[in-house]
Amino acid sequence: MTIASLIDSPSELTDAASSKTAIVLMTRIRLARNLSGTAFPGWAKPAQREEILRICREAVTATSPMKRSLNITVGELSDLEKQILVERHLISRELSGAKGGAGVVISKDQAFSVMVNEEDHLRIQVLRSGFQLKKAWNAITELDSALEDHLDYAFTPTLGYLTACPTNLGTAMRASAMMHLPALVISNQMEKVVRAVNQLGMVVRGLFGEGSDASGSIFQISNQTTLGESEGEIIKRLHTVLQSIIEHELNAREKLLEADAGKLFDKVGRAFGILQNSHLLSSGEAMNLLSLIRLGIDLAVFPDASRSVIDRLFIEAQPGHLQHAQKGEYDPAQRDLLRAARLRSEFANFVRPEFSFSTNSKN
Amino acid sequence: MANPLKCDLCAKPATVHLTQIVNNKVHKVDLCESCAQAKGVTDPSGFSLADLLLKASLNPEASTASVRCEQCGFTPNDFKKHGRFGCPTCYEAFKGLVEPMLDNMHKGTTHTGKIPQRALERKSIYDRLTKLELDLTEAIKSERYEDAARARDEISQVKQTIPSNPKSAR
Ligand SMILES: [Zn+2]
Ligand SMILES: [Zn+2]
Repeated sequence: MTIASLIDSPSELTDAASSKTAIVLMTRIRLARNLSGTAFPGWAKPAQREEILRICREAVTATSPMKRSLNITVGELSDLEKQILVERHLISRELSGAKGGAGVVISKDQAFSVMVNEEDHLRIQVLRSGFQLKKAWNAITELDSALEDHLDYAFTPTLGYLTACPTNLGTAMRASAMMHLPALVISNQMEKVVRAVNQLGMVVRGLFGEGSDASGSIFQISNQTTLGESEGEIIKRLHTVLQSIIEHELNAREKLLEADAGKLFDKVGRAFGILQNSHLLSSGEAMNLLSLIRLGIDLAVFPDASRSVIDRLFIEAQPGHLQHAQKGEYDPAQRDLLRAARLRSEFANFVRPEFSFSTNSKN
Repeated sequence: MANPLKCDLCAKPATVHLTQIVNNKVHKVDLCESCAQAKGVTDPSGFSLADLLLKASLNPEASTASVRCEQCGFTPNDFKKHGRFGCPTCYEAFKGLVEPMLDNMHKGTTHTGKIPQRALERKSIYDRLTKLELDLTEAIKSERYEDAARARDEISQVKQTIPSNPKSAR
């Protein structure tokens, strides 16, 4: 496909199935639940936390998705293991810093994870690759109802599920999508998007949650409010917002190509060159280079099949995964060496880019 | 209300003034340099006003009141310090504190979503049992043996409808 025909046929980019997975990497929903008549984790005494942990782990492991799951306390995890779980979005940074009486249960396929004694007694989470809000909701509500058979949830008809923080009351649901938005970043439109999304009652965050920078042009968009709307209404609203962000990103890509395809392809080509030849890469730089390769895949510079390789490398370039692969602990400078070596070998066999220029583009 | 020139989180002079529109409501927050830094306000993509509003919107009268949650001993001052409640019962104990907060924080003030149906059914069964057991004790005490027998029958009937064995860490 030539670049001109790509510009001329946005329908292929806006095609539901392929472009949705291209821009939305992952969908995630989490529910906060608490046991009735029991102090929230932050206020519970150590012995009480242990008791809550015991009860919740027993109930969670009894549900069918959690058969043969990983069931572990935070104290049993090494620092590196905690970091890897954070990088895979299976536990939060807050849980990884918990003192005692906290744990997590993770399903075999890593689609479900239930944190115990994070901010709430239970933080139930489901992860799905691509844009799958509805499927994610069906999966998580089923697990939640199964838990209900074993646990008495704190709930009132007016305030809904009671949570430690009043910002989570009601549905206690946070639905989010992880989006790859390189063209909006390159064309400096992200700030505008963040503002617009905020006005619609949604929040934009960086890759690893609150306060983290958006490495690799990856952002999390989630609902801000939880009370006064049903789960279905929140999901529908979020879906509309995500759909509109996808359209803006696709428009921004078209505009960049129209204005100066050479400039955009230069970025992609240089990223490829650096990934093949560099000897020092920080995780931030690696993320941004990988992001450009991913954009190249969406623009048909690389074959579609390479997308899953990049998505895997997004995670494997993180400090925890990198050290785990090298079986040791390394200081940041050593990590940058290792990361570059890792990516060099990965990109040595990568398909070469094919930039199909058409000469009739403006000047 | 707080002096607009003072930081909403501490008493230092405010130098950062924020306005954000969330759900068609205008929220204003004034912060000092260090609180703005600490809350990540300087990073436009990574901060949520909701958490800030939570503490800023606490009205001073409510937070000095000497109410205590009977269940867990929590006070409004503890809330001001942690930004989190002590236990589910706190929401009943500090109703006056919570209600005005919700309006700013959420789309509505009443839950319209999922209901833990099975848990609520179980709860109503337990409430019924508690009442019947009380009836039984009363009937025996006042030697109303026919009533006592009826209550006893009903208790065994209700007990058979209990679905599973729920747990909570009381
Ligand atoms: Zn301050
Ligand atoms: Zn309480």
